[in-house]
Amino acid sequence: MKVDCLLAGVGGQGTVLASKIIAQTAMNSQSFVRTSETIGMAQRGGCVVSHVRTDAKHCSSAIPKGMADLIIGFEPAEVVRNMEFLKPKGRILVNINPIIPVTASLEEVSYKVEDIVKFLRDIRNQVVFVDGRKLCQIAGSPKVLNVIMLGVAIKEQLLPFSKEEMLHTIQEILPQKLIEQNKTALEVGYCFEKYHHDKEAL
Amino acid sequence: MKIKLLMGNEAIAQGAIRAGVKVVSGYPGTPSTEVLEAIARDNKKDIYVEWSVNEKVALEVAAGAAYTGARSLVTMKQVGLNVASDPLMSLAYIGVKGGMVILVADDPGPISSQTEQDTRHFARFAHLPIFDPSTPEEAYDMIGEAFALSEKFSTPVLFRPTTQVCHACASVEIKEAIEIKEIEGFIKDPKWVIFPKLSYQNHIKIIENETKISEDFSKSIYNQIIGAGTKGIVACGASFLPAAEILEYLPNDVRLMKISTPHPFPEKLAFEFLKNLDEVLVIEELDPVVEENLLRMCGKMGLKIHIKGKLTGDLPIAGKYSYEIVRTAIYRFLGEKLPLDNQAELLQIPIRPPVLCAGCPHRASFYSVKMAMKKAKQRAVFTGDIGCYTLGNAKPLDMVDTCLCMGAGITIAQGLQRVEDDSKKIAFIGDSTFFHTGISGILNAVYNETDITVIILDNSTTAMTGHQPHPGTGKTMMGNLAEKISIENVLRGCGVGFIKKSNPLNYEDAMDAVTQAVNYKGVSAVIFESPCIAVIKPKTISHIKENCIGCKKCLKEIGCPAMSIKERKVSIQPHLCYGCGLCRNICPVNAIGGEKE
Ligand code: SF4
Ligand code: SF4
Repeated sequence: MKVDCLLAGVGGQGTVLASKIIAQTAMNSQSFVRTSETIGMAQRGGCVVSHVRTDAKHCSSAIPKGMADLIIGFEPAEVVRNMEFLKPKGRILVNINPIIPVTASLEEVSYKVEDIVKFLRDIRNQVVFVDGRKLCQIAGSPKVLNVIMLGVAIKEQLLPFSKEEMLHTIQEILPQKLIEQNKTALEVGYCFEKYHHDKEAL
Repeated sequence: MKIKLLMGNEAIAQGAIRAGVKVVSGYPGTPSTEVLEAIARDNKKDIYVEWSVNEKVALEVAAGAAYTGARSLVTMKQVGLNVASDPLMSLAYIGVKGGMVILVADDPGPISSQTEQDTRHFARFAHLPIFDPSTPEEAYDMIGEAFALSEKFSTPVLFRPTTQVCHACASVEIKEAIEIKEIEGFIKDPKWVIFPKLSYQNHIKIIENETKISEDFSKSIYNQIIGAGTKGIVACGASFLPAAEILEYLPNDVRLMKISTPHPFPEKLAFEFLKNLDEVLVIEELDPVVEENLLRMCGKMGLKIHIKGKLTGDLPIAGKYSYEIVRTAIYRFLGEKLPLDNQAELLQIPIRPPVLCAGCPHRASFYSVKMAMKKAKQRAVFTGDIGCYTLGNAKPLDMVDTCLCMGAGITIAQGLQRVEDDSKKIAFIGDSTFFHTGISGILNAVYNETDITVIILDNSTTAMTGHQPHPGTGKTMMGNLAEKISIENVLRGCGVGFIKKSNPLNYEDAMDAVTQAVNYKGVSAVIFESPCIAVIKPKTISHIKENCIGCKKCLKEIGCPAMSIKERKVSIQPHLCYGCGLCRNICPVNAIGGEKE
């Protein structure tokens, strides 16, 4: 099945690893995968974007604008920054906890999450909001937001994989000592609704 | 045979291992770095791998190995090739025995480089063959081909992937077998000594070879003509995939030519392609190298064909070619109506440029220099250099007044000082860059008696490119522990008159060291020693206490990304703070807690 998925985040949020997990899971089901990402200066607190394309042997490695089936955003402003990649009816999964760039604090540029949430609600695509910080606390580490988000994506059927398939990839590519924690993270993401009683507040 | 998800750079590494490469050297530079790292990681411990101190040295090490008949690879980025261009030009004349590939990654955009320069010009300039792969899987096969060509013509071969190949991943089929090559060893022969008469003879030979290689390239599987029509499109390197995908969606009859060996130009194939065409669009990243070749051919063969591309303004003259840029050009060329982009009305969001990490010791170093100068009411010019610390240019530090190329901070300072000596010249350089090209600048300053201060930001690693070892770290890429080379001893050996070591996180001491160094007449140096946060564990993290008066001085003076403003108040995000303690020195009312227990 062909999926074009864009992951957007800030340096240090594990965007690239999440894209690797998606790509490897697709490859495990015989798909030809292409990905492309920003590496370099951008990682130092800058924007990081990863493109994953499955069944992509004869496709460019970057998703064309307006063709992404899905955007997974680890940070709300980064979703907005990449909106032009999304298909007209493409879907969005977004963590609502902002990382405010220093430049915004220094120049007192406003950054209101509420505005972004409202903006995303208004575009009539299917948007799933999650409180990543809260889920990270439940999973026991601020570092597993990326895998939590993948758990949510599977639960919401935004990605064409089963939880077992993704778990298999995690066990395959992560170092031994990180597996347990990421297994928990995937599970927390998968059961996110259980922890988001108050859905309206998001 | 295994199918693996590999980054373009890893695919090249796997291809080089499979081709039986024996010696690999390089200097880190985005987007080339992972090639050498992956070879060091994935080989069966039978390949010698080193990070050399700079690209000139790396190229010469690889050349020496190739003189014995071994296959060797040297890796760098486009700006690095400038450093290595002296041996490159001569090596093109002398040639090699074992296959030697010079991998130079180009960075259209540029995403993390000083320039966009196109390495294909160097191929023409030095008369060397060059490969320009389109995809990771092609790069995997092509590197073996490059070694074989190098041996066939006893010439070094350039290999030029661009960012969109280096940092893209794809499903790559890996073959297990490794080519085994007999290594004859170095055989003494005057042909290894470059001498005017020999150079003249070899110049003729390399030009003759260019014709032969051009014929080989015309038959290469990496260059192809696909489809038929009276309009032609040429797509080179990383532009091929987007062009092919776009044509897939269009009904037009188009003849598409893929060029992955831009020099020596595959004229025979190109002639085949040009036959009966009226118009051609050339899509290539950076300079119009293939476009000019086609124009030249039209002139030479008397063909009346309109060649469009960068020179006609049909494609942008600079920058990375995104899918959209390629699409616009192809649609226009074919007279198709461009589909409208789904332009949602966008919300204004703040920009997010890269900055020094939270807890980065460079922030403290820059701040102490700034404050020392402020306290002394001393005008100063800060000459910057290439590395993480280039990010000292960001507000509020604003500590980079000049930045040119590796090592130039120290030498530019000397030129400034010769003309205006009413301000202090303070040059910043990192530890890896110090070993790269910093030392010669220091020698020059001492020898010519210049009054400058050099601040060495020693964070015990090459941080910008991903923490490679260098002579000051006491490690090699072969995993050995080596004798650390002391920057202080090198400075002393060069005759620097005043040298002080200081921990930049110890604010008072750091300011004092700077003040003393700047007051010294002659070449002085401060070595700020504090490891990169990526190689240490966070210390006790800081927090804003009750007595904060909300003056925001902490944030505004140093701009640490762990700090942000929430409901008009400064707060510290605990998972970002490294506990460096710099902010605690700045708060006027001691409202930042988190002292080491
Ligand atoms: S101690 Fe202060 S300056 Fe250092 S990382 Fe934490 S918040 Fe930033
Ligand atoms: S400098 Fe001190 S008082 Fe001023 S905002 Fe920062 S913590 Fe509060």
